[in-house]
Amino acid sequence: MKSLSRIFAVLRKEVRQLRRDRLTFGMVVGLPIMQMLLFGYAINTDVRHLGAAVTDQAETHLSRQFIAELAQTQVIDITQRVATPQELETLLRQGSISIGVYLPHDFDRRILDTTRAAAHLLVDGSDPTILGVANQLRALPFSFDARNSVRSAPEVIEIRPYYNPERRTPVNIVPGLMGVILTMTMILFTAVAIVRERERGNLELLINTPVSSLELMIGKVVPYILIGMVQLALILGVGRLLFDVPVRGSIVDLYLAASAFIAANLSLGLVISTAARTQFQATQMTVFILLPSILLSGFMFPFEGMPELAQWLGEVLPNTHFIRLTRGIMLRDASLGELRGDVGYLVGFTIVAMTAAALRFTKRLD
Amino acid sequence: MSREFAIEARGLTKRFGDLVAVSRLDLDVPRGQIYGFLGPNGSGKSTTIRLLCGLLMPSGGSAVVLDTEVPGDARLLKPRIGYMTQKFSLFGDMTVLENLQFIAEIYSYPARERGKRIEELLERYNLRDQRKQLAGTMSGGQKQRLALACAVLHKPELLLLDEPTSAVDPQSRRDFWAALFRLAEAGTTILVSTHYMDEAERCHRLAILDRGVKVADGTPTELQARTGMHVVEVKSSDPYHAQKVIAGIPAVASVTQLGVRLRVLIPDTFSDPAGLVKDALRAAELDTRVELSTATLEDVFVAVTLKPQSKAA
Repeated sequence: MKSLSRIFAVLRKEVRQLRRDRLTFGMVVGLPIMQMLLFGYAINTDVRHLGAAVTDQAETHLSRQFIAELAQTQVIDITQRVATPQELETLLRQGSISIGVYLPHDFDRRILDTTRAAAHLLVDGSDPTILGVANQLRALPFSFDARNSVRSAPEVIEIRPYYNPERRTPVNIVPGLMGVILTMTMILFTAVAIVRERERGNLELLINTPVSSLELMIGKVVPYILIGMVQLALILGVGRLLFDVPVRGSIVDLYLAASAFIAANLSLGLVISTAARTQFQATQMTVFILLPSILLSGFMFPFEGMPELAQWLGEVLPNTHFIRLTRGIMLRDASLGELRGDVGYLVGFTIVAMTAAALRFTKRLD
Repeated sequence: MSREFAIEARGLTKRFGDLVAVSRLDLDVPRGQIYGFLGPNGSGKSTTIRLLCGLLMPSGGSAVVLDTEVPGDARLLKPRIGYMTQKFSLFGDMTVLENLQFIAEIYSYPARERGKRIEELLERYNLRDQRKQLAGTMSGGQKQRLALACAVLHKPELLLLDEPTSAVDPQSRRDFWAALFRLAEAGTTILVSTHYMDEAERCHRLAILDRGVKVADGTPTELQARTGMHVVEVKSSDPYHAQKVIAGIPAVASVTQLGVRLRVLIPDTFSDPAGLVKDALRAAELDTRVELSTATLEDVFVAVTLKPQSKAA
């Protein structure tokens, strides 16, 4: 009983302080909304309107029609016309275009010849995404006025995109972004919350009261769990309203998964707070975890594409498992039972991290 | 059942790496008294207090605090101890009332009497007008009164105060000590560290610490009686010059200037200390008045902390 009332004492104190800390309070609400708007609109893997230049040395009816069709795809925006392929290379090197289209003198003849390429695309291959787009252009069906020859490769494979047929990036980004935003705010809030008390000297007072380290940690963490839930609701709401991101699975499952994830992050924050001596150090350590949580978790790049070592690292991060959970539940209508491996990992992570934090914490002032 | 002393320490030692912060400290603090730790910064006062309340693990030795072994089950001890940190450690972004409420809750002070107790403390420590003020915006004296109110809220048997008056004005210090005497009269044992001589003089007993070692302890009068030094006071129109001359006398342990006066410590193995000083000053043709004096606590402090240096030299 006494233990419970001490936890509530810490909890009430935490909420009081949070209420007076306008900036943090603003971050709770502002941060997820701002990031959602920013990344939801900005991150787009379905690339369009790449800057392009054309060298048309054929200048025939057919070549002009070909260029017009290329432009119609909206994948490239033709901004310049130059006389030679050398000039195309210069523009490419200067970075003023991403793709150069070169049609040689004998374009008309080449297009009828199935053994030779008719046009060349000079692509800025330093960005693999642009290269991928160029490959799409290659598959472009080209309709001729002269119907005699159509270069049509028979399709061996037909692709049927499940879950996101329109290939809209937000559908992929938003569930992942949820994990990234929660990783950032949850770890940072808890890590800083305890380090700040150490910096201000409050901890020396608290250690001398009957409150145990576990009671203190629970009291500190619970308000942030609620904050995490609010953030989750905000992200889902914005995702739904602005980006039309569906929640196909059960919302209860989603919240259960999020609870496990939030708990894992908060425990990680507590571990950081026992290692960091200043708020600055705590922030640095959070960034140290945040970067791999963005890059190695499958949020930015497909998990399977990474080398094995990186995959191992990724498996350790809670965000990797949460992203699998959110994409599974929101997009593929998977149930928690089907994703129990990832839920289990998050629960296990929480237990280990929480224990580590409580053990380290008691030994602190020495 | 309970022991005579609130605190009994034997051979208490704390090392931080190569630094010995507290070295083989023996301590007996009687119940219901104000016991002072006097020493300069870095003498081990704070470390000792932290060892006694279980905040730090000793590297050696042991202590019995309120009949409880330290280090031992600190959870049993904590509700019986009040601790006031050197730095203000309450929550600056909460009001005076909220801070007191938090402390009452954390010590599980009976809910029905909580309000009454807090009112009582606000009244006694003159904080009634500040109850809605954020603690961080208060003056040094007000912060200190709030810290004391929070430290005694749960009516501890033992109060540990780590340099409680280092950031307050003289009037606040006087009021603070009046409050301490009141608590001691009510039966609270108080351990207070300080580097002010006048505060040390008010303690029932005190220990002088120097570089982690207890160099003397006893009541202030006892300490003054057994310095092992003669105190010679010299008044001179040219104290700077006189000090140089006196420092040159081999028997002199230390010379301290206080305005136009010089306080000279000479070990009591010498029979005519005043004569020694007079002769030296006459030889230097300085116009001075020399007379024997009795040791103040400051002389005691200088005498006991000088010993290791003179040995080294």
